[in-house]
Amino acid sequence: MINHDIVIIGGGPAGMAAAIAAYDAGIKDTVILDREDSIGGILRQCIHNGFGLHKLGRELTGPEYADVFAKQVYERGIKVYTETMVTDLTADKVVTATNREGILKIQAKAVILAMGCRERSRGALNICGSRPAGIFSAGTAQKLVNCEGYAVGKRVVILGSGDIGLIMARRMSFEGAKVEAVCEIMPYSGGLTRNIVQCLEDYNIPLYLSTTVAEIHGKQRLEGVTIAQVGPDRRPIEETKRYIPCDTLLLSVGLIPENELTRTAGIPIDPVTNGALVDENRQTAIPGIFACGNVLQVHDLVDYVSDEAEIAGNGAAAYLKGELDKKATVSTKAGYGVRYVLPQTVSALSDKPVSLFLRVANPYGKVRFTVKSGDQVLATAVRLKAVPGEMEKINIPAEKLALASGEITVSLEEL
Amino acid sequence: MIYDVLIAGAGVVGGMVARELSKYKLSVCILEKENDVAMGASKANSGIVHGGFDPEPDTLKAKLNVAGVEMLYEAADQLNVPYKKNGSLVCAFGASEEPAVHELYERGLINGVKGMEKLSGDEARKIEPRLSEACTLALHIPSAGIVCPYQLTLSAIGNAMDNGVELKRNFEITDIEKTDLFTVTSYKGETVQGRYFINCAGCYSDEIAAKAGDCSFNIIPRAGEYLLLDKTEGETVTHTIFQVPTPEGKGILVSPTADGNLLTGPTAAVVETAENTEITQNGVDTVIKFAAKSVPSVQFRQVITSFAGVRSSEKNGDFIIEASKKVDGLVNVAAIDSPGLTSCVAIARYVVGILEDIGLALDAKDNWDGTRVNTHAFREMNDEEKDAYIKANPAYGKIICRCETISEGEILDAIRRNPKALDVDSVKRRTRAGMGRCQGGFCSPYVMKLIAKEQGIPMEQVTKKGEGSYIATGKI
Repeated sequence: MINHDIVIIGGGPAGMAAAIAAYDAGIKDTVILDREDSIGGILRQCIHNGFGLHKLGRELTGPEYADVFAKQVYERGIKVYTETMVTDLTADKVVTATNREGILKIQAKAVILAMGCRERSRGALNICGSRPAGIFSAGTAQKLVNCEGYAVGKRVVILGSGDIGLIMARRMSFEGAKVEAVCEIMPYSGGLTRNIVQCLEDYNIPLYLSTTVAEIHGKQRLEGVTIAQVGPDRRPIEETKRYIPCDTLLLSVGLIPENELTRTAGIPIDPVTNGALVDENRQTAIPGIFACGNVLQVHDLVDYVSDEAEIAGNGAAAYLKGELDKKATVSTKAGYGVRYVLPQTVSALSDKPVSLFLRVANPYGKVRFTVKSGDQVLATAVRLKAVPGEMEKINIPAEKLALASGEITVSLEEL
Repeated sequence: MIYDVLIAGAGVVGGMVARELSKYKLSVCILEKENDVAMGASKANSGIVHGGFDPEPDTLKAKLNVAGVEMLYEAADQLNVPYKKNGSLVCAFGASEEPAVHELYERGLINGVKGMEKLSGDEARKIEPRLSEACTLALHIPSAGIVCPYQLTLSAIGNAMDNGVELKRNFEITDIEKTDLFTVTSYKGETVQGRYFINCAGCYSDEIAAKAGDCSFNIIPRAGEYLLLDKTEGETVTHTIFQVPTPEGKGILVSPTADGNLLTGPTAAVVETAENTEITQNGVDTVIKFAAKSVPSVQFRQVITSFAGVRSSEKNGDFIIEASKKVDGLVNVAAIDSPGLTSCVAIARYVVGILEDIGLALDAKDNWDGTRVNTHAFREMNDEEKDAYIKANPAYGKIICRCETISEGEILDAIRRNPKALDVDSVKRRTRAGMGRCQGGFCSPYVMKLIAKEQGIPMEQVTKKGEGSYIATGKI
């Protein structure tokens, strides 16, 4: 057993930013454990641009954005264990990991969970038909194309309009593949508007809403799919079925936070975000264990991941310095039109402003968000448009937060 | 080369026959049309070791099932294939279904099944708390168990190969000529010759028999669809929960698997050919509806994959295991549907008896070794043992499949050990890499690279499951 002050599980954008923040807050014995051969996480395969506009004020590719942070990690001499997979975490912060040197056991004083998320697979969808080669989750295809340098098909249908699927529609087009259709089972897309414009519309790729892949055909390699419109019950409508020949089906049907270790440690999970329940420091229900990034809530912008990770990194450092005494916590609640609010608890005695992150339940036009505690309005924010695919952030000034007397509710009204 | 015995089909029956024959000084060759073993019904069934109450008394099924249970557990022990004697419950839901439980109990007594007991609904719920409140009577069979059917098959064949049996893959038989010898030709034009021919070709066994000149039976392929749930749901039930047959259907089971998942299914639909392994909306709906009848709390949101297997049945309902009356030297081992997995070792020994009856000389080898290295040994170690093992074999410290925690060392072992994994799905069946909740999303590119490197082939030639199932379509 070895000891470290802060152990960060995962060296993607969340883990890197958390490590830098914790180090800069004075905790030098901070280490990162990552299962890949270098840090950077999924950014390493996201070779498209669009990263960093909010956080860094410039537009970078995924690897470039990762490099900005990786450089800072190495400049500080923060220890990184690569090709090291954490297999167990206990509530008293014993981290067990495996690498080529053996089994590593670390007693940590604080732990930051930054394991990211995984893609929902075909298996979870119960799509009818056969099980040939040529069906990929969008991220797997992205890895094969961008990191390994292999094409994965020539005629493509994409199920799900999540951002990775949209990005891959454009990427496959670049490589000479014909993207026949993007099908989205919901009546609206879950992706960023800019991706729908830049990845589909600019390439004349049709997006079919309220449409799904009903059947998969082909014995060895995919030969085609049957797509169909869905009814209100989201089941295919027989009369609308049509066959599209294709050799590749990409799935971009949702991301699931990878919280196996969180559950192992006995940390309570929010059933809506599928991530840990946290306070404004991103501390979970177990003191000294923090969470940030896509393992906490699935983000659409890496910039927000970095912000959230800095909160967690600073939180872990403050915890070690004894500056985090829990006081007068109130819970947050999703009101009308809001699907969830994070963090789920906030200290009303905080002397710092707090940002609430949330997603709306449906697509809306112009809305006003109101943050209330009892009759007290803590903050309002107007947006010209609010969609489930884009995370919203609302700031509560410290002086307003002090007025909170009980549960804080965020709701919206359509304007 | 003229083999003493040719076996058509590398399923669990062909594999166990091969393993039994490997005990003797014989040259044996298995001919398999797919790129791996266990590619038919042996890879997609319920994985249940049945107690033996179900078959009609005095049938081959009754005899070989009851005799086969202990033989199967013994073989699994030797081959290091994990199994669990978790017991099964056959449940009646309401008075109208209860007579069937009594009937199965009586039938079980005639068949010689030991240890059965009838439980009231409340007694059954005491040992299986999430069983539906609607269950009023249940038959408890403690000797029943669960085993991974493809793990059993590939271990049997690997062990047979270690004892000298040959395996020819991608050998789809197009022609069988019988003179003194069987001359068997594949669709690629390869030929092999043998003195005896054992037909274990599953759903194709009628076609194979006909090619050899015996048209005495017809196989009815019957598809069964399943939904497999995440390991998080694996403890929903501990027993295998059956339903008594009703006018609505044969019933759907809810069972833990030997690997710790939860399995629900199968449906039973007559299909045109064994290639009909599609999932249907009707099948999925049926599984969900009937599984909920037994265990209302099954969390179908946690389904990680669905699949279908095609079982071979015959109109008389019994196994067909006999020396052909039309073709000397041909032994048909056909219509092996449930309880075929339970009976596989008993079937294999029965087949060896038939071969001896029709003139095959059996001369035991001195050096036969029926054991197989435990390929899952690493994952069963504690942390200290793992640490020591990794220090000696660093590849075991590199985790490739994060959902199931499978290391590079285990994957390389699967690619190198008999029967060698040649494609991505074969690695999955041997190691479980890609079988977890992400279904290969993260690990498949790594597995592809390991296969390409070990076999010395380019990535574009790595397949999912053999010829035509290419994954990468070219270099960028």
